[in-house]
Amino acid sequence: MTDPVLSLHGVETFYGRIQALYKVSLEVREGEIVALIGGNGAGKTTTLRTISGLVKPAAGSVIFCGHSLTGVSPDAIVRLGVVHAPEGRRIFPRMTVLENLQLGAFARGDAAAIADDLQDVLALFPRLKERLAQKGGTLSGGEQQMLAIGRALMAKPKVLLLDEPSMGLSPIFVDTIFEVIADINKRGVPILLIEQNARKALQVASRCYVLETGSIVKEGPAAALLNDDAVRKAYLGED
Amino acid sequence: MADIHQFFQQLINGVALGGVYALIALGYTMVYGIIELINFAHGDVYTLGSFFSLSILGLIPLSHIASGPALGLIALVVILAAALLCGIVGVLVERLAYRRLRNAPRLAPLITAIGVSLILENIMQLWKGNSEVPFPQFLPDRWHIVGGVKFDDRAVLVVAVSVAFMIALNLFVFRTRLGKAMRATAQDRDAAQLMGININSTIAWTFFIGSALAGVAGFISGMYYGTTFFLNGYQAGLKAFTAAVLGGIGNITGAMLGGFLIGIVEAMTSQYISDQWTSVVVFSILILILVFRPSGLLGEQVPEKV
Repeated sequence: MTDPVLSLHGVETFYGRIQALYKVSLEVREGEIVALIGGNGAGKTTTLRTISGLVKPAAGSVIFCGHSLTGVSPDAIVRLGVVHAPEGRRIFPRMTVLENLQLGAFARGDAAAIADDLQDVLALFPRLKERLAQKGGTLSGGEQQMLAIGRALMAKPKVLLLDEPSMGLSPIFVDTIFEVIADINKRGVPILLIEQNARKALQVASRCYVLETGSIVKEGPAAALLNDDAVRKAYLGED
Repeated sequence: MADIHQFFQQLINGVALGGVYALIALGYTMVYGIIELINFAHGDVYTLGSFFSLSILGLIPLSHIASGPALGLIALVVILAAALLCGIVGVLVERLAYRRLRNAPRLAPLITAIGVSLILENIMQLWKGNSEVPFPQFLPDRWHIVGGVKFDDRAVLVVAVSVAFMIALNLFVFRTRLGKAMRATAQDRDAAQLMGININSTIAWTFFIGSALAGVAGFISGMYYGTTFFLNGYQAGLKAFTAAVLGGIGNITGAMLGGFLIGIVEAMTSQYISDQWTSVVVFSILILILVFRPSGLLGEQVPEKV
């Protein structure tokens, strides 16, 4: 088996004195969509923030393609190809859609390839093409989510971290977003996906980890977890 | 007719003074925009600008240079050198005093800024003493009369230089890569990092540019008033801060507009009310804005945090 693209080994992260992650280990392999599910406050977002360097782990290591990311600054991590579309979309509200997309490619220098990628992103999200000159803050929630994913793609990710891409979206938009996620993955980008919509996540993912109060309590193929009684009860709302 | 002339005379004074305030206000507003700190040491960097200018002018044998173009070139060199030195001071202050407090409770950097202000004032007091220092008047004493209103080259210089630097700043912030990084960092620091923006260097550049503009203001106010003083930055800084709040703190165009408005208000107050009332009027404006329109004239966000 080849080495994973991204792996965490015994990661422990604190916010001040409060421990948020306990010995979290997980991996994302070439071609995979890996789902990370769990309740509020389980540490899903903290896991992604630790990978992208926004918080530093107190122990453990994060390895991306043979590079240790521990102690590397967030901007340098982006340059390596680890791209994080954060929770709540975090669009730059007073910049236009086009400027937001261009900022996604901030770390890159290849102008011609950036222009091509911009066309690809606009083909993927025709809605954004109509709104290029509009300020990010004036978009609807669904459009902002498209912009957040499009902006992340502009960074040419080698691995993509998506935090709650379906949050607050109407059911139609949720379907569109999940189609796009599957599509991006088919083009060869491995994805680590956090979702509150566990059913959708398990349907699109190949493997899944379940996080509870900062620890991984279960892992396995997504299809198996979809049929796991405890998971069904806790995260899929079934009896 | 004399009344009208007086009015326009004061309008010119106000615009010149406003150019100085606007340049200082830009530094306040840029730093607030990016790290939400009201950098109370900023007014003292402006005074430092006039002190640096004085020292550089002292190195140049001004009396041997008579011709206009050469003097203009000297003015330009002194402006750029003062700007560079003030920019370096700004970067050092951020690096040594503010950076480690970036995630501290808001009051800590605010009090630190007041401390830095006192330190800079004391250094300048030791450097040039306790009294007013004359600023060499090396530009020819040439007066223009337009429609009965008199003004000299210094007024032209002050307005031209301040407007030129403001235009340059606007182009920089909206057209360049670093300017884009600054705007992104100001709007969402975490998201900016996730775009691959190095926020430490972006914040350092913001301090450099804001402080350099204060250095420019230090030079032109020295030229205009012919004197400088180690505590000048205290009041000028507060008035420029008022200008930044009036325009909408965090907003670059607002700082320019606010600077010119405060300058004009001050000139008109001294003409039509009394010299002694200028500070009262200006700071009353500050209080009125904070009460009735905290987002300022052009502000997009309410500065609720300090």
